[in-house]
This record gives sequence, C-alpha cells and structure tokens, in this order.
Amino acid sequence: MYQRERERERERDYREEMARSTGKDAQALFHSLRSAYAATPTTLKIIDLYMGFAVFTALIQVVYMAIVGSFPFNSFLSGVLSCVGTAILAVCLRIQVNKDNKEFKDLPPERAFADFVLCNLVLHLVIMNFLG
Amino acid sequence: MVGKTESQNGAVKATAAPAMNLESDLFSNFSFKSFKLKTKQQELLLRVSILGLVYILAFITRLFSVLRYESMIHEFDPYFNYRTTLFLTEKGFYEFWNWFDSESWYPLGRIIGGTLYPGLMVTAAFIYWTLRFLRFAVHIREVCVLTAPFFASNTTVVAYFFGKEIWDSGAGLVAAAFIAICPGYISRSVAGSYDNEGVAIFALLLTFYLFVKAVNTGSLAWALASAFGYFYMVSAWGGYVFIINLIPLYVLVLLITGRYSMRLYVAYNCMYVLGMLLAMQIRFVGFQHVQSGEHMAAMGVFFLMQVFYFLDWVKYMLSDTKLFQAFLRITVTSAIAVGALALGVGTASGYISPWTGRFYSLLDPTYAKDNIPIIASVSEHQPTAWSSFMFDFHILLFLFPAGLYFCFKKLSDATIFIVMYGLTSMYFAGVMVRLILVATPAVCLISAIAVSATIKNLTSLLRTKSKTAVAGSSKGTGGSKASSKASFDQSQPFQKNGAIALLLGAFYLLSKYATHCTWVTSEAYSSPSIVLAARGAHGNRVIFDDYREAYFWLRQNTPPDAKVMSWWDYGYQITAMGNRTVIVDNNTWNNTHIATVGRAMSSYEDEAYEIMRSLDVDYVLVVFGGVTGYSSDDINKFLWMVRIGGGVFPVIKEPDYLVNGDYRVDKGAAPKMLNCL
Repeated sequence: MYQRERERERERDYREEMARSTGKDAQALFHSLRSAYAATPTTLKIIDLYMGFAVFTALIQVVYMAIVGSFPFNSFLSGVLSCVGTAILAVCLRIQVNKDNKEFKDLPPERAFADFVLCNLVLHLVIMNFLG
Repeated sequence: MVGKTESQNGAVKATAAPAMNLESDLFSNFSFKSFKLKTKQQELLLRVSILGLVYILAFITRLFSVLRYESMIHEFDPYFNYRTTLFLTEKGFYEFWNWFDSESWYPLGRIIGGTLYPGLMVTAAFIYWTLRFLRFAVHIREVCVLTAPFFASNTTVVAYFFGKEIWDSGAGLVAAAFIAICPGYISRSVAGSYDNEGVAIFALLLTFYLFVKAVNTGSLAWALASAFGYFYMVSAWGGYVFIINLIPLYVLVLLITGRYSMRLYVAYNCMYVLGMLLAMQIRFVGFQHVQSGEHMAAMGVFFLMQVFYFLDWVKYMLSDTKLFQAFLRITVTSAIAVGALALGVGTASGYISPWTGRFYSLLDPTYAKDNIPIIASVSEHQPTAWSSFMFDFHILLFLFPAGLYFCFKKLSDATIFIVMYGLTSMYFAGVMVRLILVATPAVCLISAIAVSATIKNLTSLLRTKSKTAVAGSSKGTGGSKASSKASFDQSQPFQKNGAIALLLGAFYLLSKYATHCTWVTSEAYSSPSIVLAARGAHGNRVIFDDYREAYFWLRQNTPPDAKVMSWWDYGYQITAMGNRTVIVDNNTWNNTHIATVGRAMSSYEDEAYEIMRSLDVDYVLVVFGGVTGYSSDDINKFLWMVRIGGGVFPVIKEPDYLVNGDYRVDKGAAPKMLNCL
C-alpha cells in the first residue's frame, strides 16, 4: 500500500513534468515561429493578411449557414468557394513571388501577379453565374 | 504509313546533315551558320508536314461508312444527340437549357436540360453557326456526322504536344500517328457516330496535357487552362470521374514518393478549385463535387495538400527540429482525426452519397450482374476478352510494356503521370469493353515512347559509324564519344548491320499496324447499325433499310399524338425519325418504367393488354430478324426483358421461359414463351 502511494506520487510528478515540458515546448514553438515570421518581407505579409481575411470570411459564412440552414445551396457554395478560391490563389501568388523559392526564380513577379488577376477574374465570373 | 516512314527518314536525314557540317566547317564559319539554320528550318518543315498529313489521315480514315452508304447518323444514342442539337440550332441556347421534353418516357416526360451533357451539342451547334457565318450553307446533320472525325484529328495534335511534353517531339509525332489510326479510338469516332465520346476523348487528353504542362511549369495560367479543359470534359461526358480521381491519385503518389514541389501545389489547387466551380455550372453534375462519394478523393487530397504544405512551410521557418517534431505530431494527429470524423459523419448520415452503380461495378465487376440487370445487359459493359485487346491495339499491346520500361528509366513528373494513366486505364479497360476507348490515348503515348526511344538508339548507332570517318579531322560534337564508339564498333563489326536489320523490322511492324488498322476500320467499325447489309442468295450484296422505312411509316401513317411502345433500344430513333412519343428510351433513368415495358412484353396477351391500356399505348414496335438472318433482334434480347421485368415485378420469373435451362424459340419452346406478347 505504501508502495502504491509512492507509485502514484511518481506518476503524478511525471505527468506534471510532461505537462510543463509540453507547455514550455508550445511556448518555445510559438516564440520561434513568431520570430521567424517577423523576418519575412512586407509584401509577403500583405498577401498573408489578405489570405487570412479570406479564410475568416469563409468561416463566418459557414457559421451563418450552420445557424440559418443551407437552403440555396448554390449560393452558399459559391460564397464559400469564392473565399477559399481567392485564398488559394493568394497562396499561389505568394509562392511564386517569394524570392526564397528556387523553382520560380526566373518568373518575373509581374507575370505572377497578372496570372493571379486573371484567375481571380475567372473565379469571380463563375461565382457570379453560380450565385443564383 | 507515309507519315511514319517520313519520320524515320527525318530522324536519319537531320542527323546526317550535321555529319556533313563538320566537313564544311573547314571552309568558313559563315556557311556553317547558314547551313545550321537551314537544318532547323528543315526539321520544322518536316514536323509540320508530318503533323498535317497525320491530321488529314485521321479524318479520312473515319469516312468509310459515308463513302459506302451515305452521310447519316449511326447507332441509337447519336439519334438523341442529333435531335437535341437540332432543337438547339432551331430554338437557341436558353430554350435548350430549359427544355422539358414530353415526347419521351410517356407519362413522365424528361427534363432534358438538366439530364444531359451539353458539350457535344454545343460544340456541333457552334461549328454549325461558324460555318453559317462564313456563308457555307451546311445542314446540321452534315456537321453532326463529321464532328467526331474532326475532333479525332484535333486529338492527334494534342497527342503530339503531350508526347513532346513527356518525352520529346519524336515521340510526339509517333504518338500522333498511332492515335490517328488506332482502332480502339476509331470504334467510337467514325463519321456518323455522333456520340459523347467523340468529343470527350479530345477533352480528356487536352485536360491531361494542360495539367502536366502546369505541373512542369508551375504557372497559374496553365493551371487555369487545365481547369477550362476539365470544364469542357465535364460538359461532354460522364467519364470525367476518371479525371477527378486520377489527378488526385497522381498528386498522392507524388507526395508519397517525395517528388512534391511548389509547382505541384500551384497546379493542383488552382485546377481543383476553379475546375470544381466550373463543373458545377453543368446542371446534370450539380453539387456532386461536394456531395458524391466518387468526388471525395479529390477533396481529401486537396485538404491533405493544405496540411502537407503548411507543415513544409513551418519546417522551413523553424530552425529547431525537435520543436518541429512536436508540432508535427500534434498537427498530423489532429488533422487525421478531423478528416476521419468528417468523412465518417458524412458517409454515415448519407450526406455523402455512396458510389453509384455505374462506377461501383468498375471496382467490383460482379456487382452489376447480381443487382442491376440494366447495366449488366449492355453488351459494351461486359469484361474484355484478349481478342478484343489484340483487335483494338495490335502491336501497341506489346509496345506498351516496353514503353513502361523506358518511362521508368527516365522518371520525371510527366512520365509518372503517363505511367499511372496507362496502368489505371488498362485495368478499367479489362473490366469493361467500352473503356478500351479511355485506355487508347495512354497506350498510344507509351508505345510511342518505346518506338521513338528504340529508333533513336538504333539510328544513333548508325550515325556513329559515319561520324568516326571525320572524327579524326576535327573536334566534332561528341568527338570523344564517337572515338570510343569507334573502338567499340571495331570490336563488333556487325553492330551497324544489326541496327539496320532492327530498323527494317521496326518499319515492317509499323506498316503491319497501319494495314491492320485500316482493315479493322473498314470491316468492323464502319457499319451504321441502322442500315444493314447482307449477302443475297447469289452472293450479291443486299442493303436493307428496314429500320428507317419502319420509322418513316410511323411518321407518315400514325396520328401525331400516337404513343409507341418498344424496347428501350429503339426509343431515341423512334423519337428522332418517327417523331412520335415513346414510353421508354435509351436514357434508362427509370428502371421501374422499363421493367413495366419488360413485363408487358413477357406477359400473356390479356395481361399485357391491361398494362398497355394503362400506359395509353397505341402501337407496339418489335424487331424480328428471322427473315434476313439478322441476329440482334428482339427475340435475342427477350431474356433481358424478362430479367429486367423480373427484377421489379417478381411475377415474371425467368425459368418460365426456358426449356430445361435452354432458351428455345421454335415449337419446343416453353408454353409461357409461346403465349406471351
């Protein structure tokens, strides 16, 4: 019985230590991510901001659908897909413009932006047709 | 045939020219440059002329039935397509898109605007309007008849560019030549076969080519183009499910084998989102991309890619691997949990519909025979025999594994794609005869790689011999290689002869392929099944036009609102040519209705009369081939009527019509058989 108490104490200590270490890990992770992100150039940060906005809008639409119901399903789909689509295109633009990507080093950023605009145009034309 | 020998000559001629170059190098650099330019222009001229000849060849070889009989639409399904195209050109696009047809499926009618794939009709109507705009007074029927050969020619051009993307321009030319005359493709795209597949194979190959180009270049513009190609494919044929499953599978394979790159992300994501949105504009497809089980693989891979690349980005940002491992563990477990939960909830609650019978029978070939007799009854849906493969592919059948070998030797993103396309399509071609058509482009491309690589190796062996003669005088291109080859050659003096013998053997095989394809096209695939030919008593050829005569009799001698009951095979033709309302037709969307007709056909006359009265039937059409020895008439199909009717109405039992398990139609037939309608 005495032994079991000691075992339980040891288990508790071990779990506390793990929790503390994962907590410390998470904090360290967060910090290093933050510091690494701060080093990215402003243009990329703008694209990231746009992407975050698009995803946020999509989430709001999904919450709205969950509350109100999905009756004109095509409208719901077109709304969500327009947000998701433009977020994806923003990510693609970011990939193509980022100077650290060696695969795209001879792609001029103007061409990448022109492609981005063209794809967004097509996306929104289709969305307008699909909105119903 | 001409095209192929020219391509071999081209390879040899273009390589002989640089050999002569080295000699004239001694004269002046200026003449060297002008000679080199001329060689490049010569090569371009050769390539363009070969491609032009192949284009014309692909068109011409499909015209046998037009020359022999007349320019008309073959088979059953094309008549429906023709009727809808006629409607489209007469009434315009909005009427077509919102058309409700009360002339077929008698009491129910059919929402044609929402239950067809408009790609073929819109394409033909567009060609018709373009020709009319240019003041060519063509009839829409001519355009419909010749749409399939025209698009077959376009497919050869796409095959050329695809081959060029995967391997090199030589392989592209050979692929174009192969696909121009391959019987597997000709079978569904002769002049007069105005069916979805004629346009769909072009769209399929185009989508695949544009996607591979997008993956190779990583540009958003090409991915957008491939999304449009996918849209065209979705509008043309139900087989687009193959694309939407093959491409995610390909992405998955690339991710697993570690060949992923940023270009893959750009290409797949852009194509998936835009393609999905565009595809949902077709009413027949509707919301299937987010609700049907067949399309879930694409969505799953889409989410997987987001997670994967996000992890990749975090790994790049973090410099410490231990932290990253922890993060990785958390993210991966949570992502898998969320994904599995979503999939499970969706499937269990029925929101995500399971695989439909048509496609499920591809995965489990025995499913249709037990559960859905209509799918099992179509002769095109039977498993393929070896003889069909040989008939449709000839030498490509053994060039296919050779091509796979070459692809594996030089693995790249593009060759992995073509290998996957080839293997999956060959599996499905083995399950259903009809799908040999889908496998044909892959087989042609891979065989073209084998042929092109082999012939290039052989001609380069030939070339080295002529180069060693001048290797000593100047440092020519690959001079050191030539000298080493020269020493090699001296030890094996028969290498050049062997190369020539192998080349001649290759030419012989290719010419046999061309002869076989032409023979097959002429004999087997050029008969319009609506006009039949037979041998008379004295061996003379008798052409009988009974089908069309019967339909025109219906058109001229029955009241305009008469309703005709027949087996569903003839439904489209009756509506198109007889212009009368039918009870069931080839669309086979309502199994119970067809089973009612089957039951009427196989019940005793009084019961059948009741059923026909309830359906308001005025005329019954049956096809009987006893007088002319025509073997695919309604007596032959009768057992299927029994099976399908029995599938819904257990009153009809198949053993009632058989004598000791045998199907007999003479005096010794079963009593129910003798007394039924």
